[in-house]
Amino acid sequence: MRTLVSPLALRTPHGRIMYWTILTVTIVGFTGAFVFPFYWMVSGALKSPDELAQIPPSFFPKSVDFSVYKEAWDQLQLGVFLKNTAVYAGGAWLFTLAVDVSAAYALSKLRPVLGKLVLGAMLATLMIPPMVLLLPTYLVAKDLPILHVDLLNTPWAIWLPAAANGFFVFLLKRFFDSIPKELLEAAEIDGASPLRILWSIVLPVSRPIIGVVSILSVVTVWKDFVWPLLVLPETDKMSISVGIASLSAQMPQNVLIASLVIASLPTILVFFVFQRSIMAGLTAGSLKG
Amino acid sequence: MGRNLTAYGFLCAALICFALFSWYPMIREIVLSFQQNNFVDPGEWVGFDNFRAVIADPAFRSAWLNTAAFSGLALVIGYAVPFVLAVVLNELKHAKAYLRFVVYLPVMLPPAVAVLLFKWFYDPGAGLFNQALDAVHLPPLSWLDSTSTALVSLVIVSTWMNLGTGTLIYLAALQSIPGELYESAELDGAGLFKRVWHVTIPQTKLILLVMLLLQVVATMQVFIEPYLLTGGGPENATVTVAYLMYQYAFNFGDFGGGSALGLMLMIVLLVFSTIYLRVSREEAER
Repeated sequence: MRTLVSPLALRTPHGRIMYWTILTVTIVGFTGAFVFPFYWMVSGALKSPDELAQIPPSFFPKSVDFSVYKEAWDQLQLGVFLKNTAVYAGGAWLFTLAVDVSAAYALSKLRPVLGKLVLGAMLATLMIPPMVLLLPTYLVAKDLPILHVDLLNTPWAIWLPAAANGFFVFLLKRFFDSIPKELLEAAEIDGASPLRILWSIVLPVSRPIIGVVSILSVVTVWKDFVWPLLVLPETDKMSISVGIASLSAQMPQNVLIASLVIASLPTILVFFVFQRSIMAGLTAGSLKG
Repeated sequence: MGRNLTAYGFLCAALICFALFSWYPMIREIVLSFQQNNFVDPGEWVGFDNFRAVIADPAFRSAWLNTAAFSGLALVIGYAVPFVLAVVLNELKHAKAYLRFVVYLPVMLPPAVAVLLFKWFYDPGAGLFNQALDAVHLPPLSWLDSTSTALVSLVIVSTWMNLGTGTLIYLAALQSIPGELYESAELDGAGLFKRVWHVTIPQTKLILLVMLLLQVVATMQVFIEPYLLTGGGPENATVTVAYLMYQYAFNFGDFGGGSALGLMLMIVLLVFSTIYLRVSREEAER
């Protein structure tokens, strides 16, 4: 497809030189800005505290000794933090899907009285960033209205608020709206219940959007910092981000860096595997509202 | 009737979650900010006392100025860059997958990890940045430790870890520009920069505006950077509104003052959100 620079201009000797120069500068620049910090982190973890303090720094670690990773794993109880975070993110994912898919299905296909109002109220929450409601939301988690249950230090403090996501309801509903009516009517005439229609007709055709919502919800919970910082203050309950941050001050530098490497692996791996869905979610996100 | 009942059966879980964690907190925030509360006895209505107390705090002025400066600097440093990167990426025919992958890599890092990584880079002694300055024979900076560079340092981390999102969103927008527009502009004798100015920018105007508003809303809530890097210091140079709100509630135990701050921030952000909604609706209609 034709872009800013015409293919003709690129074929001239001058154009070719320009193209290859810009390409090289971009590759080198991107590698320096976005990959080099990762190299510096991974190699920094392998250096001893003395070598880390050395000026000028060594580009390659003097000795490659991976025992620091084991030390970080044990000292910071990274196993516990990672397991906690997996429980929070996994539960939030299941919960979000169950709650938001059924809500979107009801709003899109069953269309009850006041459905528009409910949808409006859910979308309105997108106008107010969760950060400004941090304190009252924390108080709700600490002392649930009516029931007076304390959710702090329990996974519910992550799972329940995660499901209240107007953006996911919006994405799902918009997708369900595009499913042809005839498909559902045929099943309805055959006597299928709404739950059965959702399960065997709507869900199978909605795989792409469910994939996008799934990854977004897992990654959001995994990356979150402020909310788990407040609602999971007990060391044994902390998520990986909060755990490392709260123990960072007492760690030798190389152990801290090794724990940063370990903490960044899960989301980077997810990105490797689900790159497509993640980028699809990004452009879906740009049109929200 | 039965249909309504079934529908609300499907909706009830979502209604409970939204009510508890989105709708009720909005009301609670307003109530809290007008109350003096110890959470044992029922709260006492105190009118605008919380607001007065918060406004009288010397950190209040700093927090708003810093938040505005942070958002402003993030716009200056971080707003044009992703657009320029996207324009360049859109022209390149090689290493496409690599460049797209790499630019989004920092976004995938948990923010706490990225921020702690940069804390080490900012180390005035053996940190990467001062070493790099030294390598090109420039004097070292004190980064997080000086009132003049601390806030900029926070903006740099924040820009680094968020740049990829904007770049890829712009890239998607650029790919929808019809090639004929560039062709006819070229036939009219428009040079490279004229084509950017008269074709690329007008064609992506709405998404540029949407991203501008989103970025303002996102950066006005900055919390994790001051929390992990500076603790608001040196001398309140990096206290932000969200951070001050946190301090009021969790360091001073004053949820009334904290909520008053939260409410003020909410009103400011609502203004931007409303404009955003208008703009994105306009785009959806196109």
